[in-house]
Amino acid sequence: MAVEILMPALSPTMEEGTLAKWLVKEGDTVSSGDIMAEIETDKATMEFEAVDEGTIGKILIEEGTEGVKVNTAIAVLLEDGESADDIDTAAAKPASAPVPADREQSSETAPAAGMSHPEPEVDTSPDWPDGTTLKQQTVREALRDGMAEEMRRDDSVFLMGEEVAEYQGAYKISQGMLDEFGSKRVIDTPITEHGFAGMGVGAAFGGLRPIVEFMTFNFAMQAIDQIINSAAKTLYMSGGQMGAPMVFRGPNGAAARVGAQHSQDYAAWYMQVPGLKVAMPYSASDYKGLMKTAIRDPNPVIFLENEILYGRSFDVPELDDYTVPFGKARIWREGEDVTIVSFGIGMSYAFAAADKLAEDGISAEVIDLRTLRPMDTGAILKSVMKTNRCVTVEEGWPQGSVGNYISSVIMQEAFDYLDAPVINCTGKDVPMPYAANLEKLALVTTDEVIEAVKQVTYK
Amino acid sequence: MAPRKSAKKPNVSADELKAYYRDMLLIRRFEEKAGQLYGMGLIGGFCHLYIGQEAVVVGLEAAAEEGDKRITSYRDHGHMLACGMDPNGVMAELTGREGGYSKGKGGSMHMFSKEKHFYGGHGIVAAQVPLGAGLAFADKYKGNDRVTFTYFGDGAANQGQVYEAYNMAELWNLPVVFVIENNQYAMGTSTKRSTHSPSYWERGAAYGIKGEEVDGMDVLAVKAAGQKAVEVCRAGEGPYILEIKTYRYRGHSMSDPAKYRTREEVQKMRDERDPIEAVRSMLLTGKHASEEDLKAIDKEIKDIVNESAEFAKTSPEPAVEELWTDIYATEVPQEA
Repeated sequence: MAVEILMPALSPTMEEGTLAKWLVKEGDTVSSGDIMAEIETDKATMEFEAVDEGTIGKILIEEGTEGVKVNTAIAVLLEDGESADDIDTAAAKPASAPVPADREQSSETAPAAGMSHPEPEVDTSPDWPDGTTLKQQTVREALRDGMAEEMRRDDSVFLMGEEVAEYQGAYKISQGMLDEFGSKRVIDTPITEHGFAGMGVGAAFGGLRPIVEFMTFNFAMQAIDQIINSAAKTLYMSGGQMGAPMVFRGPNGAAARVGAQHSQDYAAWYMQVPGLKVAMPYSASDYKGLMKTAIRDPNPVIFLENEILYGRSFDVPELDDYTVPFGKARIWREGEDVTIVSFGIGMSYAFAAADKLAEDGISAEVIDLRTLRPMDTGAILKSVMKTNRCVTVEEGWPQGSVGNYISSVIMQEAFDYLDAPVINCTGKDVPMPYAANLEKLALVTTDEVIEAVKQVTYK
Repeated sequence: MAPRKSAKKPNVSADELKAYYRDMLLIRRFEEKAGQLYGMGLIGGFCHLYIGQEAVVVGLEAAAEEGDKRITSYRDHGHMLACGMDPNGVMAELTGREGGYSKGKGGSMHMFSKEKHFYGGHGIVAAQVPLGAGLAFADKYKGNDRVTFTYFGDGAANQGQVYEAYNMAELWNLPVVFVIENNQYAMGTSTKRSTHSPSYWERGAAYGIKGEEVDGMDVLAVKAAGQKAVEVCRAGEGPYILEIKTYRYRGHSMSDPAKYRTREEVQKMRDERDPIEAVRSMLLTGKHASEEDLKAIDKEIKDIVNESAEFAKTSPEPAVEELWTDIYATEVPQEA
C-alpha cells in the first residue's frame, strides 16, 4: 500500500526545516539509497535518501517550503502495482513516530524544605580489636605490604607503571616486588601514561585486576580520558555487563619545591566522578588497609598518596588480613567545641592546630575522611550536631574544593545545628610557586586552621 | 620494510559465499532501517552508519574463532551484527529502550556483549586502541591463544595513543590485530588533508610491527588477510596491522551534509566497487545461487530487520530506577 514519506529529522536538534529542492518528480521510480530531496536543517543542507523502493506517486510539499515540521508527510511512495489513483492521503499509512514521553522527574534527591534532620547512624567501631599487637611502619612499607599481600592472594593482580620493577619504584614503593613476583606481574612500562592507563583498563575489561602506578598524579592528566571515559563509565554504559576492577595509584599534591606542574592536588577532581571510588589516606595502617580493599573492589579506585607522608611512621596492626572499609571515617580525636574535617596530608595541619587550640582551651574533634568517594558524611554530620561548628582542611585549590562539598552537605542536612558558617581552609588560588617562601604561603597553614577555628568559635 | 601484497584469495565454498552475502546484507539493511528510524525521531543524538564498509567486519569475523575479542569505535553497528549480536538488542539500544544491549543507557556508540566478546562501542576517537591492546595483554597474561581485533579509522590513526599502544604491543608481543578501517574521510577531512604519510600500515614499521594493505571492498581478500594476521598473533608473533581500504557511502553521522566530496565520487564507488554486489555477482555467475535463492535471503534479512525495528519501537523505555543502577559493581563481572 502507498506509504507516506515523512519530513526527516537530520540532526540531533532539528525540529523543522526547509524542503529546499526535490531531485525526483512524480512518476519517478526510486530505490534504496537514491537521493530524493535536499533539505535545509538548522545546521546544513542535507541530502535525503530513499529507504524503500517504489514510485513517487505524489509530492505533497512543494520545494522551497520553509518551516516543514519533522514527521510531516512530504510525498507518497507507491509500491509495485499501485497507481497514483490509489492515493488517498488520509488513508496512506504514516510510519508512526511515537516520540517517547519525557522521563518522569525523580524526586528522590530533592530535599524537602523544613525537614527535621535526625542524627545519622555512624559506624564508630575501632579499626582493630583491643589488644592487637602493633608495629611501627612507614607509609611506604605499609603500602607495599598491602599490595604484596593481595598479589599473593590473587594471581590476576599485577602492578604496572614507570620504574616499578627494576628501579624498585621511583619512590621505592614497590621495593622487592619484582624479586618476589617476577616480571610477568611487576611490569616496567615506557613513559606513556595515556597508553598504559588505557591498556590497564583493557586488561581489567579482560578479567585481570591491574594496579596502575602513576609516578605522580600530575602525569595522570595525560591519561585522564581513559580514567574517566573508559574506566569510570563503562559499567553504566554497558548496562552492568562489564567494568574496570582496578586501582590507579601514586603520589598526589604538593611535595617540596617541585613547581606548579608537579604539585597539584586532584582530590576534588576525581571525587566528582560517579563510577570512581577515591581514597586519600593519611596513616600507614590506612594506606595498607585501604589499598587491600581497593584491590578487591570491583570498581576503578583512585588511590591518592602523598610523597611527604611516604617516610612517616605509624602504628600498624599485626593482623593476617587487615582491611579498612571504604566510606568509614576515622575520628582520631574527640572534642566538644569544633569539628575539624580533613584527609591525607591535610591531617597534619588538623592535628597541629588541634594541639595548639587545646592549649587555649578549645576542644577540637578531628575527623579523617580516609575515602572521599564514598564519603562518610554521616560521621561529619553527627560530629557537627555535637560541636555546632566545622572547619575543613585540604591542600587543594579553593574553588570547587572538597571542603565546598562538605559545607553544602552540612548546610542542607544540619543547618539548624550550625552556630557559625563552615570555613574551608584550602591551598591558595594560585599555581604552585617554586620559591621556598612562596610555596609555604601557597599551601594551607596550621595558623590558618587555628584562625578559622577561632573565628567559628568566636574566640 | 617493503610493502607486502595481500595474501592470495582463499578457495571458498558456495555456502560460505552465501553466508558472507547474507551477513553483509543484514548490516546494510539494518543500517538503512536505522537511518529511517533516526529520520522519524526514534533514534536520537549521534548515529554513525556503516553502509559501504560491510566487507571489513564480515571478512574479519570469518577469520576469527570462538573466544577471540573485538573492540571498536562509535561506528559500531556492523561489528556487533557481524559477531552475532542480536539485531533486536542492537536496534532497541539505538532507540534507547529497555530491550537494548545496555538497557538503553549506552546508545548507538556504547554497546557491549560479554557473551560475544564484544568490548564496545567507544565514543572517544582512538581510546579503544590501548583498550584493545589491554584485552590482548590479559589473554597473554592468562596464557591462552585468543586474539583481539582492535578496529579504528584513518582519523584515529593520527592520535598519539595509537602509537603508544603500538610501542607496548610490539614490546610485549601482544596478540592483537590492529585493524585500520581507512574509509578515506575522518568526518569531513580527507586523508590527503590530514597527513603526508597516507600509508597508515607502514607506520607500524617504526615499531617493528608487520602489516599490510587490504582491499576492503573484497570480502574474500579481507578474510584471507585476517587469517594471516590471526595466525601471526596465535603463533606469539603479534601484533599485526591490517590497513583495510574501504568507503562509507553515508555521511560521517546522520547530520553530515557531506559537502567535502562529490556525489559522483560516492556513486562511482557504489556502482563499481560495492562489496555486496561483488559477492552477489560471484554467486550468480559461478552458478552457486539462483536469483530465487538470493531473493529468499533478501526476504529473510528484510524480515529480521523489520522485526528488529518493531522490537525497538515497542520495547519500553527503561524504568526510571535504571537511572541509579550500574554505577558501581558489587562484585566483579565475570568473563564469559
